[in-house]
Amino acid sequence: MKDRTFLGYRRADGRVGVRNHVIILPIDDISNAACEGVAALVPGVMALSHPYGRIQFGPDLDLHFLTLIGTGLNPNVAAVVVIGIEPKWTARVADAIAASGKPVASFSIEGTGDLKTIQKAARATMTLLQNASELQREELPMTDLVISSKCGESDTTSGLGSNPTLGKVAERVTASGGTYMFGETSELTGGEDIVAGRIADLVQRAKFERLFKEHTDVILAQQADLLGSQPTEGNIAGGLSTIEEKALGNIQKIGSAQVTGVLEMAQAPTGRGLYFMDTSSAAAESVTLFAAGGAAVHLFTTGQGNIIGNPIVPVIKITANPKTVASMEEHIDLDVSATIRLEETLAQAGERLIDMIQATASGRLTAAELLNHREFVLTRLHRTA
Amino acid sequence: MQLSFLLHHEADNVGVAVEDIAAGSDVVGRFRDLPQEMSFTMLEAVPLGHKLATKAIAKGEAVVEYGVVIGLATSDIAVGQAVHVHNLKGQRWY
Repeated sequence: MKDRTFLGYRRADGRVGVRNHVIILPIDDISNAACEGVAALVPGVMALSHPYGRIQFGPDLDLHFLTLIGTGLNPNVAAVVVIGIEPKWTARVADAIAASGKPVASFSIEGTGDLKTIQKAARATMTLLQNASELQREELPMTDLVISSKCGESDTTSGLGSNPTLGKVAERVTASGGTYMFGETSELTGGEDIVAGRIADLVQRAKFERLFKEHTDVILAQQADLLGSQPTEGNIAGGLSTIEEKALGNIQKIGSAQVTGVLEMAQAPTGRGLYFMDTSSAAAESVTLFAAGGAAVHLFTTGQGNIIGNPIVPVIKITANPKTVASMEEHIDLDVSATIRLEETLAQAGERLIDMIQATASGRLTAAELLNHREFVLTRLHRTA
Repeated sequence: MQLSFLLHHEADNVGVAVEDIAAGSDVVGRFRDLPQEMSFTMLEAVPLGHKLATKAIAKGEAVVEYGVVIGLATSDIAVGQAVHVHNLKGQRWY
């Protein structure tokens, strides 16, 4: 990967992006309408509507802000229009994004109303989009890309073919000085000791063990039978029987690579290498967190056919299940089903995936982008006050 | 003969079907990274992606995949039988 390049955008803070989105970012649920109003007036921008942002507090509110700020900071975003109901929380998010040097405009609705806010914000959006449209892609090293990974609706073909294909990519990215993230905390249950054993730094290893325990203690406290939820009914239909089996398939995505560091939810990697991020195991929640952590490209493996996308990050869909390739072909970017028949080696499939990352990073649209999958899902940590 | 199932690890007692397998069929399986092959007659049908026992597993014994215990057998399982939630239970969470 060392000498390979792609055509992308270098942002003011030095990070590299693969898309050039201008986003309209609501602070709270009741600002969605104004954001969608702006997006309706200015074609080519996206409103990132979501259902939260009022009366949250403590760690849950911190994560809300971190996720919104991180989304604005993502290198695939050229400029941001922030709209909130009142000025203080609106400024908190807008100022943090603007501090990176990214163009930001912000508006609050109280005392003005939706219509006048939409008018002012639409005018600012026109200018931001016009400026973004003048930016040209340039040749950049692939090792500057931040890549994240997640599997969904996994089955045994995930552990056998698609996840170890990602494992080959993880090994090559980390060996050549790139950055690669993985997460899905609860889905490491049964393989958590294997992951912990890959973390050489003892402080980082202790952090991983703490995050894993905190996350899974919440699940265990419910004293519920999770069969059907985790593993999902789709996992079970695909042949996965236990959380331990699912976890062992899951961790094939990091191959034999060593883990450099451990991140809290929505936190950006602090350097290069392989990073674990504490995330939900639900696809849209976790990809939203990786995007907030600065991922420019996401690798998503599926067995039974999870169809997730993200508004700002291209999600490359990979499967090793030949039935899913046949039945849901419009969702699949890369078919690696030959690996489970031993007709293609994992290294060969990994090479094809690196080619696909390069093409996608240079502008090739993914199946999820073409099918309008723009799931933006904020993770909640606890109840509203 | 066509490959019907794969094993992850030498220590495994289950393999994963890489095609739909009919009951009574003679099957050949291989390890991903080892040269050995194994063959036997299937006692049950196993769809693509589902597991089958490659060694006899007694009730209460560990089911091993990836060289790691993925749960315990809840009934006796013979070579060539399907292994799934009806005869395998995880040791974590529930």
